[in-house]
Amino acid sequence: MLDSLALAVTVPLLAALLVTALPGRVQTLGVIGAIATALVSLRVTVQVWQHGSLRSDPGGWGAPLGLALQADGLSAALLAMAALVALAISVYATGYFREGERRLHFWPLWFLLWSALNALLLAADLFNLYVTLELLGLTAVALGALTGQREAVAANLRYLLVGLLGSMTYLLGVVLLYAAYGTLDIGLTGAAIRPGPVASAALVLMTGGLALKAAIFPLHFWLPPAHANAPAPVSAVLSALVVKAAFYLILRLWLDVFGAIVTPAAAGLLGLLGAAAVIWGSWRALRAERLKLLAAYSTLAQIGYLCLFFPLLQATPEGPARDDLLAALVLMAISHGFAKAGLFLAAGLVQHSAGHDRIDELGGTAQHLPATTFTIALAGTTLIGLPPSGSFIGKWILMTGAIATGQWWWILVILIGTLLAAAYVFRVLSRAFNEAPTPRRFVTQASTEVPALLLALTSAVVLGLGAQLLWRLMGFGVVA
Amino acid sequence: MTAHLLYGGAGILLFVLGVWSFLVHEALLRKVIALNVMGSGVFHLLIAIAERGSLPPDPVPHALVLTGIVVAVSATALALAMGRRLEDEDDAR
Repeated sequence: MLDSLALAVTVPLLAALLVTALPGRVQTLGVIGAIATALVSLRVTVQVWQHGSLRSDPGGWGAPLGLALQADGLSAALLAMAALVALAISVYATGYFREGERRLHFWPLWFLLWSALNALLLAADLFNLYVTLELLGLTAVALGALTGQREAVAANLRYLLVGLLGSMTYLLGVVLLYAAYGTLDIGLTGAAIRPGPVASAALVLMTGGLALKAAIFPLHFWLPPAHANAPAPVSAVLSALVVKAAFYLILRLWLDVFGAIVTPAAAGLLGLLGAAAVIWGSWRALRAERLKLLAAYSTLAQIGYLCLFFPLLQATPEGPARDDLLAALVLMAISHGFAKAGLFLAAGLVQHSAGHDRIDELGGTAQHLPATTFTIALAGTTLIGLPPSGSFIGKWILMTGAIATGQWWWILVILIGTLLAAAYVFRVLSRAFNEAPTPRRFVTQASTEVPALLLALTSAVVLGLGAQLLWRLMGFGVVA
Repeated sequence: MTAHLLYGGAGILLFVLGVWSFLVHEALLRKVIALNVMGSGVFHLLIAIAERGSLPPDPVPHALVLTGIVVAVSATALALAMGRRLEDEDDAR
């Protein structure tokens, strides 16, 4: 039987080669490749669902010499999210890049990015993580600059330089760990690690480098221009998946490698930065003049929420309460992935239809593009955290955890962030609805509007009502 | 022992110099060079690790350095290509 973990990396790689070799059929091949990649990714998730965690050693070379691939509940959940979001983005891209040069440039880079993302989620080796992180960064930068406009190239060049600084810092941390423990395998390093100056230095370097790539406040300065100037499907990928990948790495390292040496002070610092990101990001989103800039700043705030989980995870002993927090963290990350991808795709449609995305001049969008406006509203439901969205459950467990561990001050941050989120979502909607006539048709352009709508619907309804499945996937007991 | 400390210390010093130069300088070319100096520092440290202890030297860090160089070259090429694109547009105005 073919190794499903290796397939999840190689199928998109093959698709990238095919769309490069046969540019005449790029759209057809692109859709087929996207469906195939999504299927092999979902197959991994199904197998993790059935058997618990998976591990494979390509070529039969085991650790410490070989480069293993492995999947557990955490990576399987993100892999499934990436597969569905990326599939919707691929369908949208067939409508968005209808003709011209850009279509030929989009697809190969897109499949390379998808391959790097899957490899990153499945890698069980610290150095392989570095390579996949760089591949992800390089393809993301190239895609972000796809329009060739001056602002886009400048913003993404800055993103590239910052990303390289981050990954080089991460690599120095990896080298220190190898020097001290003589292995690069995540599990083996985690088992061998002891408190000491080398381990602490590695923790600081690796977390710091990844925080740059995950745009954790105050290292977020590069994100809004890079995300807001990319073509719509690319913005969706960057915000929903690429930033999440760096955050996933921080989480993976803190859980599996540095679990023994993380101190409450370090976790508290990450929580504090998260709190600052929630408030600053939401405030800037409220003040943003353009819809895509609003979406980019809201990504900052949402990454902030994810960071708030660290001090609570640190303070909660092993057991069902900690499992709930961890699953809630993943649920929030996944919900945001779907919602933000939907929001960026919708923003792209608004921009295409109105010729701009200035929020103050969006009057009548609800009449011209009812389905897209509905998408923005649904994605907004998730960004605010209203029931029945997945992030409602996530925030609920986050606040319960904050009370249970006696860290009530995080609740204030969540409340302020939620209020600001409600304000910035309704600011867009109130503008969109300010013209009278009733729209004739709900859907205007099916191939681009339906994927965006489905993404937002998943984040706002499916993930909330089906949240228990995530607990099962991650191997935890179900919440009462 | 002293030799390893010397090589390893030099690697870390190169890394720090690279970070400093990256943060201080505005020009793209200087930033790209600074990143490469940082990378050389990390590779230096890896080579020092490979040579410590018994003979023959540990081959894993050597493989890592080779991979790292490939990554660094591709990243440098992309940065330079994008920088050149910006320069060309400036000239055209």
